[in-house]
Amino acid sequence: MSAGLVGAAALERRLLGDETAIVPYLTGGFPTMSSFQDALEALSAGSIAVEIGIPFSDPMADGATIQESSRIALESGTTLDSILTAIENLAPLRSDLVVMSYLNPLMAYGFDRLVPRLAGAGVAALVVPDLPLEESTELGSVARDHGIGLVQLVSPVTSEERLGVLGRASEGFTYAVTMTGTTGGTTGSGQDVTDYLDRVRAASRPPVLAGFGVRNAEQVRALAPHCDGVIVGSALVEVLASGNDPLTFLAGLRQ
Amino acid sequence: MSWQGAARSVGHERGRFGPYGGRYVPEILVPALSRLEDTARLLLDDPGFLNMLEEELSSWVGRPTALTHASRLGDTWGGDIWLKREDLAHTGAHKINNAIGQALLAREMGAERVIAETGAGQHGVATAAACARLGLDCTVYMGSVDIERQAPNVERMHLLGALVEPVNSGDATLRAAINEALRDWVSQPETTYYLLGSAVGPHPYPWLVRELQSVIGREARWQMLERAGRLPDAAIACVGGGSNAIGLFYPLLDDPIELIGVEAGGTSPDLGHNAATIGLGTPGVLHGSFSYLLQDGDGQIQETHSVSAGLDYPGVGPEHSWLAETGRARYESATDDEALSALDELGRCEGILPALESSHALVGARRWLAAHPGTTVLVGLSGRGDKDIDILRGLGR
Repeated sequence: MSAGLVGAAALERRLLGDETAIVPYLTGGFPTMSSFQDALEALSAGSIAVEIGIPFSDPMADGATIQESSRIALESGTTLDSILTAIENLAPLRSDLVVMSYLNPLMAYGFDRLVPRLAGAGVAALVVPDLPLEESTELGSVARDHGIGLVQLVSPVTSEERLGVLGRASEGFTYAVTMTGTTGGTTGSGQDVTDYLDRVRAASRPPVLAGFGVRNAEQVRALAPHCDGVIVGSALVEVLASGNDPLTFLAGLRQ
Repeated sequence: MSWQGAARSVGHERGRFGPYGGRYVPEILVPALSRLEDTARLLLDDPGFLNMLEEELSSWVGRPTALTHASRLGDTWGGDIWLKREDLAHTGAHKINNAIGQALLAREMGAERVIAETGAGQHGVATAAACARLGLDCTVYMGSVDIERQAPNVERMHLLGALVEPVNSGDATLRAAINEALRDWVSQPETTYYLLGSAVGPHPYPWLVRELQSVIGREARWQMLERAGRLPDAAIACVGGGSNAIGLFYPLLDDPIELIGVEAGGTSPDLGHNAATIGLGTPGVLHGSFSYLLQDGDGQIQETHSVSAGLDYPGVGPEHSWLAETGRARYESATDDEALSALDELGRCEGILPALESSHALVGARRWLAAHPGTTVLVGLSGRGDKDIDILRGLGR
């Protein structure tokens, strides 16, 4: 870890240092809490950061794969609290952690109680897909007090002006959603996408991670020169759901 | 400024009603919502647009809807009962007021297609009709549970040329249908218009839907003065998301009238057996706004139950949360059985078969008159009951 830096600032430094980071996403508690823990431990050994999704009953930005993994996790009793306990039991992990959650479970837990616990568990950044910048003042300031960055998401339909605002406000990294739509589709990797990533990179203060629909090595190769890393979510959840080895899959993405 | 004035002044800046409301959506929808807000503010102030809306409301929707004096029911329940007959509006419910207004907005904004969610199917039918009228392509998301229990409305949507997309995810009712409509919208935010059917969701919808539904309360107010020679002591409406209730209440906020919203009490007050969101819920964020919700301690939204599909929703419009908090309106609930008995009584006394949703408002009126005999009550009869025939038959009615 970079000397003297913690939380979001350290994550930013580490993402800029690597060639192209591949950040794996896991749904917390899926397919079971213990196999989630195993996957987290294994993936964190070879990744700069791992993103952990907190399952929610109404995941409006997610496609079928993550809806289903969330439903299964919730049905077996997974909560924000039980996921944090599972992470704390593994600490210290070798990678930084990014937590992705819809707002309501965070609100129900209470920001003031939650954020110090996240910081203690090694969480460097928070992604809240239903919390646009204008609504994020309260959570953003509590998170900042504990060194945790609140990540802003941008999309291909974000205007230049708004890209500038979001790119300056984002902390930890800027999440460049590569396609309109929910998670789990298949992003293109043509010139429209790479041009878009170049625009995001130009406007963003922190490093840029591209996500939504990244599922093969060809895409990673095409996107890599235009961002600081990619997030692999639904494709990895599908690998876990079918009982295959996540490390083999991730290694394949680097081919 | 009076506290009524305070309640009225909010909802204009950043979509807040006190602490409730807001715009909690993926960033990808922010530009579409801003564009909608800007256009709606402009057009709802534009005489040309308002004339066009007025013309549709009078010549196509059939407004003003009647105010009926329910004298035999009044004799039975011990008071003076007036029914604001939204069941007589085109397509059979108040939903059409909002649907035609937003469809006109969608056309002005150059939308290529319109999407909507529906629970009981009334909003779906209203949207299908408005889109057909204006030549817009229409897709309606509907939970598979609701498709089964409100089959006649599914057929109506088909006949009006709409595509009905069954939703099997989640609880397969209204809440899942909204999730699916939002997923559609994030896929095509620039060319699709989301015609939301209740006073819920991200800003500007709670404001916009209220503006379009306020025609109910405006008409009822002058009709009461004209017909009864006075304003009512209480105005009562059912509340699911709360669009007919806010439409009735809003123009009456400054009057000395008791405002009562009636939520779905289902079969019991236990979590999962009702949809009494304000009565039994806690504040949180769902579908883009901060309002009361039926949720567990971990912030997971709970399944709901009501005999009426249109009230079967775990959230409520943010303005109702604020009216409840300020005390300007109060909210109670009616059980499935109470609603069914009120439906029977209205049918037999007045020859009107109300929707199961609206029957909840009648329970509120019956209760109010039991406590305040001899007073005058205005009931928002939000829709007609034809769509519920299969359910009623299934219940042995």
